[in-house]
Amino acid sequence: MLLTEEQRLLRDSARAAIAAKAPIALWRKLRAENDEAGYSRDFWRACAEAGWAGVLIPEAYGGLDFGLVGAGLIAREMARTLAASPFLSTAVLVASAVKVGGSDAQKAFWLPRIAAGEAVISLGVDEEPRHDPARIGATAAETPQGWRLNGAKICVLDGAAADAFLVAAKTDGETALYLVEAKARGLSRTPRRLVDDRRVATLRLDNVEARREAKLAGGAALIEQILDAGRGVLAASLCGVAEEAFARTLAYLKQRKQFDRTIGSFQALQHRVAIMHVNIENAWSATLKALQTLDSGAADAPLQIAMAKAKAGEVGRTATAECLQLHGGIGMTDEFDIGLFLKKARVEAELLGDPAYHADRVAAMLGY
Amino acid sequence: MAIDRRELREWLEANCPAEMRQPIRGDEDICWGGRHFVFQSPAQKLWLERMAARGFTVPTWPKDYGGAGLTPEDAAVLGDEMRRIHARPPLTSFGISMLGPALLKFGNEEQKRRHLTRIARGEIRWCQGYSEPGAGSDLASLRTRAEDRGDHFLVNGQKIWTSYADKADWIFCLARTDPTAKKHDGISFLLIDMASKGVSTKPIVLISGKSPFCETFFDNVEVPKENLVGKLNRGWDIAKYLLTHERGAISGGGLNVFDNEALDKAARAAAKAAGGRLPDPVLRADIARAAIDSYAAAATVQRYMQEATAGGELGARSAVLKYDGAELNKRRYELLMSLAGAEGLTFDGNFGPESELAQRWLRSKGNSIEGGTSEIMLDIVAKRILELPSE
Repeated sequence: MLLTEEQRLLRDSARAAIAAKAPIALWRKLRAENDEAGYSRDFWRACAEAGWAGVLIPEAYGGLDFGLVGAGLIAREMARTLAASPFLSTAVLVASAVKVGGSDAQKAFWLPRIAAGEAVISLGVDEEPRHDPARIGATAAETPQGWRLNGAKICVLDGAAADAFLVAAKTDGETALYLVEAKARGLSRTPRRLVDDRRVATLRLDNVEARREAKLAGGAALIEQILDAGRGVLAASLCGVAEEAFARTLAYLKQRKQFDRTIGSFQALQHRVAIMHVNIENAWSATLKALQTLDSGAADAPLQIAMAKAKAGEVGRTATAECLQLHGGIGMTDEFDIGLFLKKARVEAELLGDPAYHADRVAAMLGY
Repeated sequence: MAIDRRELREWLEANCPAEMRQPIRGDEDICWGGRHFVFQSPAQKLWLERMAARGFTVPTWPKDYGGAGLTPEDAAVLGDEMRRIHARPPLTSFGISMLGPALLKFGNEEQKRRHLTRIARGEIRWCQGYSEPGAGSDLASLRTRAEDRGDHFLVNGQKIWTSYADKADWIFCLARTDPTAKKHDGISFLLIDMASKGVSTKPIVLISGKSPFCETFFDNVEVPKENLVGKLNRGWDIAKYLLTHERGAISGGGLNVFDNEALDKAARAAAKAAGGRLPDPVLRADIARAAIDSYAAAATVQRYMQEATAGGELGARSAVLKYDGAELNKRRYELLMSLAGAEGLTFDGNFGPESELAQRWLRSKGNSIEGGTSEIMLDIVAKRILELPSE
């Protein structure tokens, strides 16, 4: 489970670059300006220049082809400064889908654009508030020219800024992904802002006409495969959120004085912090193992990913809440950063399946 | 020069008796060695003798002390090859796992030659005398005294939780040699022959029934000066080293507290009996969460071990593993009991097979007490890893 030399270099360079180019101050600025996209285009351009937008894309299409461990390491570093970008939506979810299920023409058109940071594409799967890719109501009816899409999607990440969408729809009970451009007639989007200021959109598809080649190969199996990539990367991001909130809390406990004592010397607090440390260590171990398993293509990757997303989601949520509590009153203020991590953890724990959803899948996969 | 794997494989194939390739069913299949040990079969004896002759009971110890002088990498090859044919360990003992490493680090040449070779051959069985009725988590407050009487120490006091003291030949223990010094500075590490006049033991019955634990009493026991390990009054350094070592061993596979297989299996069996899915959704969720936490913790064990192999020691991180393994094992037995329902509650008077699950459940409660309580582990994590202040 050791990182390779290349992976360590990627992590270290990402940490330095993100701290310099996307500190929390940038996130606060975007929020204050009520930026429509919810992320800085300059920062995303810098990500593309560093190769991160193409982290999963083969070198032949202009990518780094660094695998999911690499993608997870980048997401974990971005989480530490709350750096907002279309990394998950475009560079992980959609790049994975096009890479595996796209035609040669789709790959040749979209993958270099994604790697260059020129195209933002969002995945639309969920239609109900709780994630469940098995419940797809959107339809794709075959027409002489191709497909006619109808339905609605919610919580489409970076949906306000997207140039195109990859939507899941059903034909005679068979689910598949369809790539449609944002400007397509009949497609409308309503931007929404989440509690952590991430921007999503609600999509409506009213008789959207798509060409025959808009349908990606791979069906429901491809959807599960790319969702697992996204879940693994989200788990890594949740680890980054928890680790950063924890580091800030530890520093606070060593400096804050009450009753003429450093509060970090109270055993009642020390044990809570120690337990949190154990949990955060385990979340990262499970996540790293799951990402490595997914990269290796082993058969138990879906089980490992479900466990990692459940664990990182639960630890992310509970640790950030605990960190806020340990800060006392100042933790409740908007001016102080710790609450921002709590919000991000809540959102990322929910996205692509919360701990309860994945625990249920784990039980099923383990045979009970 | 690296070990010759092919030669090793052929030798094991030719020398490991068939009976010694069967899974270990219980304590009776473990070869503990010692003056009074009764071999369970001629094969068990033969396997010990053959392995000891090659130094393979303690493969990484130097050849002069009964080992094979293997590097950790070569010892890992030996481990691989033994697992390949499902060979049982030829010898299991506290001498190998605990006293040996301490003597190698702190013992003098004569002590190493005398004691290590006998441990390696399984001739002497050791037990550990640390805890006392008044010194549990606060081990350094121990009161067993060793008074300097010129050519010997005169030892008086009582130890508790001495595993297998009633079967051991010798005990390594901590005793106070300077009652005036600060508590950590007046302790020495002594080796005592259990056959000495004035040593007696009494077994302890636990809530789970019979146990290897004993109380050990020292009543004017004369201990030769040559049995002091390390410097006088510096025994605490050795004790600390051994405790860290012990926690590392717990996570390294000494105890299977990170293995969730038993719970997975029981849940699957119950699901099968109910038509494919556990009928109680809340219990099912609790079991799934325990599985997730177990697998995540097992991943940390794997990561820490690999990181330690790649660059140094496990150190205080062993406290993370000890805490987690103990807490998870307790949680797992609660769930196994819930799955078993009323069937898990049966308890026959003699602690027979009827009692097995309930006994294991009860025994698991000790996991977070022995080898350092969970609370002590959290103290170690807070102070040594997170560097939180004492005041």
